[in-house]
Amino acid sequence: MHAPPPAIEVENLVKVYRRTTAVDGINLSIASGSVVGLLGGNGAGKTTTISSIMGLLRPTSGSVRVLGADMMRDRYRVLHRMNFESPYVDLPGRLTVRQNLLVFARLYGVPDIVARIATLADELDLLDFIDQPFGRLSAGQKTRVSLAKALINDPEVLLLDEPTASLDPDTADWVRARIARHREEKGATILLASHNMNEVERLCDRVIFMRKGKIVADATPHQLLERYGRDTLEEVFLDVARGRAKAAALAETL
Amino acid sequence: MTLATSPSFSPARIGAMVMRHWYVLRSSWPRLLELVYWPAVQMLTWGFLQVYVGQASGRVALAAGTFLGAVLLWDILFRGGLGFSISFLEEMWARNVGNLMMSPLRPAEFIASLAIMSVIRLVIGVVPVTLIAWPLFGFNLWSMGLPLAAFFANLILTSWALSLMVSGLILRNGLGAEGLAWTLMFILMPLCAVYYPVSIMPEWLQWAAWTMPPTYVFEGMRALLLDHQFRGDLMLISFVLNLLLFAVAVVVYLYLLERSRVAGSLLGSGE
Repeated sequence: MHAPPPAIEVENLVKVYRRTTAVDGINLSIASGSVVGLLGGNGAGKTTTISSIMGLLRPTSGSVRVLGADMMRDRYRVLHRMNFESPYVDLPGRLTVRQNLLVFARLYGVPDIVARIATLADELDLLDFIDQPFGRLSAGQKTRVSLAKALINDPEVLLLDEPTASLDPDTADWVRARIARHREEKGATILLASHNMNEVERLCDRVIFMRKGKIVADATPHQLLERYGRDTLEEVFLDVARGRAKAAALAETL
Repeated sequence: MTLATSPSFSPARIGAMVMRHWYVLRSSWPRLLELVYWPAVQMLTWGFLQVYVGQASGRVALAAGTFLGAVLLWDILFRGGLGFSISFLEEMWARNVGNLMMSPLRPAEFIASLAIMSVIRLVIGVVPVTLIAWPLFGFNLWSMGLPLAAFFANLILTSWALSLMVSGLILRNGLGAEGLAWTLMFILMPLCAVYYPVSIMPEWLQWAAWTMPPTYVFEGMRALLLDHQFRGDLMLISFVLNLLLFAVAVVVYLYLLERSRVAGSLLGSGE
């Protein structure tokens, strides 16, 4: 019996901005239906990697395949089956929440738009402000709306760049619960860049640490704790970010 | 629930984008008013000037309404371009470009939606002004009949082509290049012989004027108003030049889009 093909495949990905190497020859393969955390300090190369996977960024070399499609040449074949949320983009502030969701539902070819928006509005608790302009919402409300936009087409592949950044603990917990539910219900593949280690421990089957554009660790959260001899992922993060990898862990990675 | 395939060209996606911009327009009465305000101011200024100069000099050309005709046709060119560029800029101002580029919306559909919005903005802004000019100055743009459709088609094509290139530049260089959207069309004004015939220009400049599609439209308008003759030959040349210009604009836009991908400016597009 054949294993299902990976949902995301990255081979020898390199991205150089003038003289700065943001991503330095990484390889990664993400199994269909898994939730993978992409971790690293600022400038580690996470956003560049995610942008390349989305096809918004042209790598200097290497290849990216999502759901079997080459994202440099053939991305339109699969874009309707993916979605994303990123702090680097916003939704039109003058449109109401409902109008924004209507527009994106039509762009993604969602079949029963009214029912889909009603479901998301209920699940993400948007009903109180669904007819208010997006630009007038609080940061937490905006994040929930952005997540609703990211889920509008029930994506098979969901890319999330710091989905709970600047949220209060309650809202962040809401968001995590909805992401977990999407994975359970849809069997979706989720790649999550985050600085929140609790979030990663709660959601991810596998964690990839990046540092200076390279993958320096790739394992389950439990394996990483064992390998680094730490109690929490936060401590592992600090070890990796500061280049304090234990010799044993380093040897294993190499 | 996800569809198995996505069509390579979808009127529904174009409709979604038109709807998005229509929501913005209708949500703000100052925006709607602004669309009419400047064309009206321009028409009134030039209309009164035409009446004054016409009375003082008795020039037939002025009496025939060539000034007002030029003003209104210029507005099609200028406002058509602005309508296209502003819809594009709305995406940049809203930091929504990344969302669109990551959605199934194709470049051709995006361009089509911007073109449709330019016509909608133009209709809102210029049609009322043409109706005011009729009783106020006795100039009925609509009496031009079918030639008006030819003038309109050529001018709007030029405006789309130039605005598409400007949009590409803004995409690549961020909102620092926004000023081009407002000013580029004015470079054409002296060269396209909007208010005067090409023949009064220095000979060395005339060749430059004839390379521009709008020049043929403004010459054609004067031929229609002064000689009561529709110059189909001029419209045809203008149309061919416009097709070439539009093809170049599409290539330039796609090139700049690709450069934006390389530079990483599609996410977090802005200044």
